Amino acid sequence: MAETVFARPQALADVTTHYCPGCTHGVIHRLVAEVIDELGVRERTVGIAPVGCSVLAYNYFATDFHEAAHGRAPAVATGVKRARPDLIVFSYQGDGDLASIGMAEIIHCANRGEKVTVVFVNNAIYGMTGGQMAPTTLPGQVATTCQLGRDVATAGHPIRVAELISTLRTPAFVARASVHNPLVAVHAKEMLRRAFRYQVEGVCFSLVEILSTCPTNWGIPPAESTSWLEKNMLPYYPVGIFKTPESGSREPRPLPA
Amino acid sequence: MTKKLMKGSEAIGEAAVQSGCKLFFGYPITPQNEIPEYMSMRLPQVGGTFVQAESEVAASNMIYGAAGSGERVMTSSSSPGISLMAEGISYLAGSELPVVIVNIVRAGPGLGGILPSQGDYFQATKGLGHGDFRVLVLAPWSVQEAADLVQDAFDLADYYRNPVMVLGDGLIGQMMEPVEFRSDRTPIKELPPKTWAATGCDGSRPTNIINSLFLDPEELERHNHKLKAKYDRMVADEIRVATYGAEGDFDVLIVAYGTVARVCSTAIDELREEGLRVALLRPITLFPFPYEAVREAAVQARAVLVVELSSGQMIEDVQLALARSRPVHFLNRMGGMLVSPDEVVAKAKAILDGRSAEVFHG
Ligand SMILES: Cc1ncc(C[n+]2csc(CCOP(=O)(O)OP(=O)(O)O)c2C)c(N)n1
Ligand code: SF4
Repeated sequence: MAETVFARPQALADVTTHYCPGCTHGVIHRLVAEVIDELGVRERTVGIAPVGCSVLAYNYFATDFHEAAHGRAPAVATGVKRARPDLIVFSYQGDGDLASIGMAEIIHCANRGEKVTVVFVNNAIYGMTGGQMAPTTLPGQVATTCQLGRDVATAGHPIRVAELISTLRTPAFVARASVHNPLVAVHAKEMLRRAFRYQVEGVCFSLVEILSTCPTNWGIPPAESTSWLEKNMLPYYPVGIFKTPESGSREPRPLPA
Repeated sequence: MTKKLMKGSEAIGEAAVQSGCKLFFGYPITPQNEIPEYMSMRLPQVGGTFVQAESEVAASNMIYGAAGSGERVMTSSSSPGISLMAEGISYLAGSELPVVIVNIVRAGPGLGGILPSQGDYFQATKGLGHGDFRVLVLAPWSVQEAADLVQDAFDLADYYRNPVMVLGDGLIGQMMEPVEFRSDRTPIKELPPKTWAATGCDGSRPTNIINSLFLDPEELERHNHKLKAKYDRMVADEIRVATYGAEGDFDVLIVAYGTVARVCSTAIDELREEGLRVALLRPITLFPFPYEAVREAAVQARAVLVVELSSGQMIEDVQLALARSRPVHFLNRMGGMLVSPDEVVAKAKAILDGRSAEVFHG
């Protein structure tokens, strides 16, 4: 009798996604789905899709879903969770969606301590609209609205969302992870598991920022995108836990060796 | 002057620069990203400033600040983004600030789709925000006209101290056509200096305050009357229409605007070749709407055909103009689907053969 050792998570729909070759949105979807399965909450999970490349996430997860207006997913999540506190509610948002147009919604959702989970995908660019500068675009990084590279003198420095949210006094779980190689992806899954568990146990708001690739709009071949991420994004966006409800700490903790 | 082959969105951006637009604030949204992208590259070359706002709510308030400082300023967006600008646009109108807003409409409602639509006619002409105000709305049908109307829009905005919207669709933005910018262009209006701008008071004049708050109802009503008088002047002086194939007699009058009107003009060429007498009236200003021109043209025809990329919006203004004096027929597509010349030809023939039923909307 053959034993199944690897299968599609139940919480992931059996469909082909539209993501570009080399895009890690799909990997992050899978990690989220695995965690939902492992916690056994698929039937009571409601996702909130953003506006961005993951706008069709509602087709890719086998859970109930809402599609939200650009940036408003945390507000929609608040509405769902307040109406049905027994549901497990997560939003899945890009950096333009969460850190630009939706900055007010995310800050206040976190500050109210809504017991929802935010999966924040940081790929340092606007993917869906064709490569404009994001609030997370790195200094000097070229985008279609900063064709000479991001000039921090006029565009400011990239926003570190995990650090920012962790300054709030309201108890929360806030972490940053990456998926550019299998080892860090295991850590990312662990962060997601902790984030969802805090919600399942009714403890606190949780947010996991996950560094992700966008070869299409970074203008590099898919095979090089993970090393680009490692070389350019990791130094500015350190991975680790920034805040837990127990400690209230906002000191970044390094990835365990 | 030489003509240059340009994409509609680039021509819109360049027209703004040629008009002395010094500032652009906007937030990315398809199908108009080429406008902010062009401005991000071009404005610094002429000492101007481009800012990618964090949202359209912010962009609409940034143009408020820049316009209140007396500078020529523009933003561009597409339908969902314009909805977010509703707040800023209302304050701009209330405070009488001149700005140019380009709206490259996409299909809706909600997130809808990114393909061409005219589903925001009501929003543009009647409901751009809360309160009792109007915005001049100009609808180009070619890249050249888009460039010309953007330049006129800056003059009209300054003259009336009012937002002006240039309403297009993804076709206008993406189309490549020869464009000419005339170096000897002069403003279409006599423009007084912006003595009202809040530019810092050194004691030589009373302070200037950019404001739409009037807590005293009598004062607010006076302000409302003043605004209304301004909108009445727009109605009296700014209506623009074009016609196509209307020189001789015609049996059917088509009313359509923007790129749809262009499709209709192709259909009219075909119909004329078959000896069928069909003409086009194309509103260029959607507010003020050319009620009088529609009525005058329609009385020469047996029937009127409205063609729109919506479930039926401008048709209400056409019916208002005609007051049931002529039967009105309707042809439309939605969701980002386009009307083809063949569909227009077939509909016109059906009207002429008595096979089309008139419609009653509204
Ligand atoms: C109100 C409004 N403004 C703008 C847009 C256009 N828009 C769609 S996705 C997007 C940004 C996507 O970037 P990000 O959130 O970083 O996600 P990614 O595509 O990179 O995954 C924008 C600006 C919109 N849909 N609605
Ligand atoms: S554009 Fe970028 S973020 Fe979007 S699917 Fe392609 S690679 Fe992924």
